[in-house]
Amino acid sequence: MEFKDYYKILGVARTATADEIKKAYRKLARKYHPDVSKESDAQARMAELNEAQAVLSDPEKRVAYDALGKQPPGQRDFRPPPNWDAGFEFSDGAGGGGPDDHSDFFEQLFGRARQGAGNAGNARSRREPQPERGTDHHAKIELELLDAYNGAERNISLRGAKIDDSGHMVTEDRTLNVRIPKGVIEGQQIRLSGQGGPGHAGGPAGDLYLEVHFKPDARYRVQGRDVTASLLLAPWEAALGAQIEVPTPTSRVEVTVPAGWKKGRKLRLKGHGIPSRGATDPAGDLYLELELALPPGDTPKARELYETMARELPFDPRAGL
Amino acid sequence: MNTTNTIIVLEALDGDLLEEVALSLEELACACRVPPGWVVERVEAGLLQAAPSAPGAWRFASASLVRARRLCSLETTFDANPEIAALTADLIEEVAQLRERLRAAGLDA
Repeated sequence: MEFKDYYKILGVARTATADEIKKAYRKLARKYHPDVSKESDAQARMAELNEAQAVLSDPEKRVAYDALGKQPPGQRDFRPPPNWDAGFEFSDGAGGGGPDDHSDFFEQLFGRARQGAGNAGNARSRREPQPERGTDHHAKIELELLDAYNGAERNISLRGAKIDDSGHMVTEDRTLNVRIPKGVIEGQQIRLSGQGGPGHAGGPAGDLYLEVHFKPDARYRVQGRDVTASLLLAPWEAALGAQIEVPTPTSRVEVTVPAGWKKGRKLRLKGHGIPSRGATDPAGDLYLELELALPPGDTPKARELYETMARELPFDPRAGL
Repeated sequence: MNTTNTIIVLEALDGDLLEEVALSLEELACACRVPPGWVVERVEAGLLQAAPSAPGAWRFASASLVRARRLCSLETTFDANPEIAALTADLIEEVAQLRERLRAAGLDA
């Protein structure tokens, strides 16, 4: 387990005041807040900041953490000494109420406090533990657009920590096989009951919420249940109209392109967007944006055809200027 | 000693889509790790949307869960008052919608 230098994470001295810690946290939180940050590792950095802040802003946890001493540089494999937290009482359990999950390091140090395992002798641990529901967990899941059309099964790997029967902290890697229902859309939440954090003292487990996101796909753009794709046309198809076969996310369909192409024109294939989820959520539509593709004029024949058009068609694309 | 247990759940799990089984007040509060009163205050102040329902039986779907977690995170991270957190959340949602429209128009943000 890697030692976490919470002071280094927040960029403050070990002698920093509570106010300095708060200021440093807020400054970094603005930079790494996942809602606004453009940094690729914003989510992980924010979780780290929350963890550092949860420890250093809580006088009890900070004193206990400081008592561990500064980790020698370069030492990565860290284990807290036995009963390192004896004599410290943590008044609010492990998490400080934050929405983020904590590192193995944090769970190893403060997760035990939640169980009362490291506080033999204090009043809290003598109390009969009350059943407590496990915390709800949140994760994001990236799907292909096709998964929304067909439904899918996906394996999701999650890491958590729990106390085993002998009172030891164990890291738990779980792989869940989740059935993705047909018709899901971007931003939707899927709740998996009982797959969140374990309950305490016989309480029920929390739930796991998965937020659905689609992987970017160069072919399709998605808005709600509506899907938009580009459809390239040859000049003669655009000008004269045509019957052409086009791929949709799940099949191929024949469409009629009307004569007289205009920039921005779209064809709507009703009901070919993301499938329905019942009467209140009808299927979306598939929009085909008609775009023009020009054949290159790089052969004698092509040049001749273009020159014929230039000579014989009374067409000035800049007539309105 | 810290050990790792790996648990593989082979059976496929079915989830609930929140648009179909909207969350109750207590479930939303639990998912955000806040007391129910925190949610009530923000709904009554118009900072958080509850689906129209019988009084005392608010229901919340996906967008409300995302917004409630965002409000909670902004309030705790920056010690922001609920109105400032809601204003920031409004702006974040507006930017997300504009980016979505740019993407829909083929202009990636």
